[in-house]
Amino acid sequence: MEDRTILEVETVTKWFGGVAAIVNVSFSLQKGELLGVIGPNGSGKTTLVNLLTGFVKPNSGKIIYQRKDIAGQQPHKVAALGIARTFQMAKPFYQLSAFKNLIIPLYSPRVKKLRGGKYGDRDDVAIDLLEDVGFERDSSVPYKIASSLPHGYVKRLELARCLALRPDLLILDELFSGMSMAEVAGTLPIIEKLNVEGLSIIMVEHRLKELFRVAHRVMVLNFGAKVVEGSPSEVMASDAVKAAYLGSEDDA
Amino acid sequence: MAMRYRKERLDRGIKVRCDDVFALSSYREILYLAMPRVLPVAILLLFPLLKGVVGLYWEKTLVVTCTVSLLALSWDLMASVGLISLGQALFFGAGAYLTGYLNYAFKLSPIVTIPLGTLGGALFSTLLLLPVLRLRGIYFAIVTLTLPLLLGRFIETTKILGGGEGMSGLSPLPNIWFELYVAVFALLVCLFSFRRLINEDYGLVLQGIRDNDRAVMSGAISIYRFKIQAVFIAGLAASFAGAFMTHYYQFVGMSAFAMDYSIVPLTAAVLGGPGTFAGSVIGAFILVPLSEALRGFGTLRVVFYSAILIICVVALPEGIFHYMRRKYHQFERLTEIG
Repeated sequence: MEDRTILEVETVTKWFGGVAAIVNVSFSLQKGELLGVIGPNGSGKTTLVNLLTGFVKPNSGKIIYQRKDIAGQQPHKVAALGIARTFQMAKPFYQLSAFKNLIIPLYSPRVKKLRGGKYGDRDDVAIDLLEDVGFERDSSVPYKIASSLPHGYVKRLELARCLALRPDLLILDELFSGMSMAEVAGTLPIIEKLNVEGLSIIMVEHRLKELFRVAHRVMVLNFGAKVVEGSPSEVMASDAVKAAYLGSEDDA
Repeated sequence: MAMRYRKERLDRGIKVRCDDVFALSSYREILYLAMPRVLPVAILLLFPLLKGVVGLYWEKTLVVTCTVSLLALSWDLMASVGLISLGQALFFGAGAYLTGYLNYAFKLSPIVTIPLGTLGGALFSTLLLLPVLRLRGIYFAIVTLTLPLLLGRFIETTKILGGGEGMSGLSPLPNIWFELYVAVFALLVCLFSFRRLINEDYGLVLQGIRDNDRAVMSGAISIYRFKIQAVFIAGLAASFAGAFMTHYYQFVGMSAFAMDYSIVPLTAAVLGGPGTFAGSVIGAFILVPLSEALRGFGTLRVVFYSAILIICVVALPEGIFHYMRRKYHQFERLTEIG
């Protein structure tokens, strides 16, 4: 049978000084799957994203991506293999206009190779990408300088920056944080569509309701360890999750 | 019936969507756009011809000003990648010493030593900075501040390359015309190629590294490679300045690594408005002649110079170039309506 696994994480551990940020976490991701990662603040979600994308080196463990161990590789090399990520604190290239923000990933060796060295119509490609994430094509928004964009646009620009790479695996680090209800409602179908078209996605999110609607599988982290993994309904029913995650919300 | 008029900005109707796309339909519009570029170039090219009017002293000041402009442009390019340098003297000194040594030891002509000194100086300085290119902000700045001082003292104590006395009696440049026009051309070539470079896709990547290097990395681009290239290109401009001045003064000594060559270009860029290159040149063309004009005040010169500098920076924190550009685009004309 054909191996559909795109990512296989084996007992990865990361210490920051005396603090264990990620402890013995293992999981795998199938091609075309959408995996949700949830957990309370400080449970290691962003560290996990940083480990997967090369921004942080694991102390031990393997990260097998398309049958190749990428643990500890430099971020641009990981990205060149087709893993794109958003940042939780979205920082666009402030002094460039929105569509010029996308020229930078489009200029990468990976994209040049995928496009067969053809490079003439990059402005059009950038505008198309922006349209895909909900920028109004014929308005002035794609041409606005990034520092003047509203937060919802900045987050979606971040998504477009990832899509410019033509990724095989997309990792979203709290894409919805700081977005209004309307903005989330507008962005969720974009992600669903990407997933339906075959893109594998790992989605780290605090907005559980939206996440549970689109995720095939959900993994719960607490204090850096995997607590539960399963379908959204299984995870919602789990007592361990309520204790670790939802329980802490009752206290607040 | 009386004519009615309203005010309209000159650039209205020229700009299309973004700031750098224009639709031109008349000579006046072309003139409006071209003037700010053509006029300074014309003045620069004509100034050397006015030797009889302005005198040799000010012609020589032009050479020094062009040199400082090159250093300021070099600083600005590095700043565009987010590398704040406090030590353009490193490139200047490296270019100057290599050129001087090639002429002193092998009697090579300036036509050979200046290009070699430019290339070699930039290469040497870039290699020296390689290990610290991963540093950012103030940490990188401190290293660049220290390196030229270190090299200067190293030459003094080890007595290599002429030691504390330097190397004198180097070949002069052919004539004053050569000096003036090489300086002016170098400045113009550097200014316009840097402005071009930063707006190309390559330059967008450089600006991206300045704004958010992590996002560039996750865009599958090696920021280290781009930083090295940018430092080398910036180094070429500054090392050329050093190489040129070595033959201009017919001397190279420890003064080539002096702090002046680090601080004055930095001040020029900040005063003129960093990130635009034109600003750096405007800054240099204010600071250097001002410093010369104030010579008559003797010791008080530094006081006046500093006071003027402080007033400028406080009054125009955005930089002179940004201010001028804003005002230029706000010019209005009266148009008939109805």
